Amino acid sequence: MKLAFRRDLVCQQAVELVSDYLEGALRRSARRRFERHLAGCPHCTEYLAQIRETIRLAGRVTPEDLTPQMRDDLTDLYRRWRNEG
Amino acid sequence: MYASQPVLVFDGTLPPMESDADLLRRLRGGDEQAFVALVERYNGSMLRLALSFVPSRAVAEEVVQDTWLAVLRGLSAFEGRSSLQTWMFTILVNRARTTGAREQRTIPVADAGPVVDASRFGPDGAWSAPPEHWIEEAEDRIEAGKLTHLLRSAMDGLPPRQREVVLLRDVQEMSSADVCSILAISEANQRVLLHRGRGKLRQVLETQLGSGRSL
Repeated sequence: MKLAFRRDLVCQQAVELVSDYLEGALRRSARRRFERHLAGCPHCTEYLAQIRETIRLAGRVTPEDLTPQMRDDLTDLYRRWRNEG
Repeated sequence: MYASQPVLVFDGTLPPMESDADLLRRLRGGDEQAFVALVERYNGSMLRLALSFVPSRAVAEEVVQDTWLAVLRGLSAFEGRSSLQTWMFTILVNRARTTGAREQRTIPVADAGPVVDASRFGPDGAWSAPPEHWIEEAEDRIEAGKLTHLLRSAMDGLPPRQREVVLLRDVQEMSSADVCSILAISEANQRVLLHRGRGKLRQVLETQLGSGRSL
C-alpha cells in the first residue's frame, strides 16, 4: 500500500493535480511528488506554464463596454431610487 | 530645480482607479456620478455572470438592473463585512439563480471527464501527444483584440458552473474565499470547476495557436 502511494506520478495523473497545486491545496508530500515529476518532465512543465499563461490571458479579458442605452436606463433607475424617499 | 522639471515616465499603466471604498463613500453622500462610475466598472461583468444562469440576454439585463436597485436600497444596511464587489455579486448571483430556476428547468449535465483527453497519453500514462507550444504565439504574434475575442468565446462555451468560477477567479481576479461565498460552493468544488474550466480554455488556445498556427 505504502509503496504504491510513493510510486512516481505519471503525466496523466500529474495534469489532474495542476489546479490543486496552483491553489496550494496539495499536502506537502503530494506537492513534492508533483514537483519531482515536473523536474523530470518537460511536457508537464510546459502544460503547467500554459495553464499559468491561460490564467494571465483570462485576466486581460475586459467586460464589454456599457451601451448608452444601459447607461441611460441605470441613471434613470438611480434617480427613481433617489425619489423613493 | 526639480520642481520645475516634473519627470513624466509613461510605463504603460493607467492612472490608479478610484477605489470601490471611495466610490461607496461618495455614493452614500448622494453622488450620482459615483453610481455611474460603479456601473461602468461592474455592469459588464455582472451581465456576463448573469448570462450564465438565465436563458437570454434580455433576462440577464433585467436581473442586473434589479441587482443595481437592490444595491442602492441596501446601501444604508451594507456593513462592509465583505468587499463591495463581493456583496454586489452575491446579490446578483442570488437573483440570477432564482430567475434562472424559474425560467429554465434543465439541469446541466455533470462534467467529470479528464482535463486532458485520454487519447493524448500512452498506456503507461506518459504523454504520447504532448502539449503543442503556443505561449510565444499568444504573446507576440496575435493581435490582442483577436486573443480576447478567442478567449471570450471559449469562456462562453464552458459549462455554466465552470464559466462562473473562471469569470470570478480569472477575469475578475477575486479570491477563492470570495468566489466560494458568492457562488455558495465549497473550496473543493470550486477547485474542480476551475480545473476543468481552465483546462478547456488551455485546450482552445492550443488548438487555435499551437505549432505556429495563427488566427
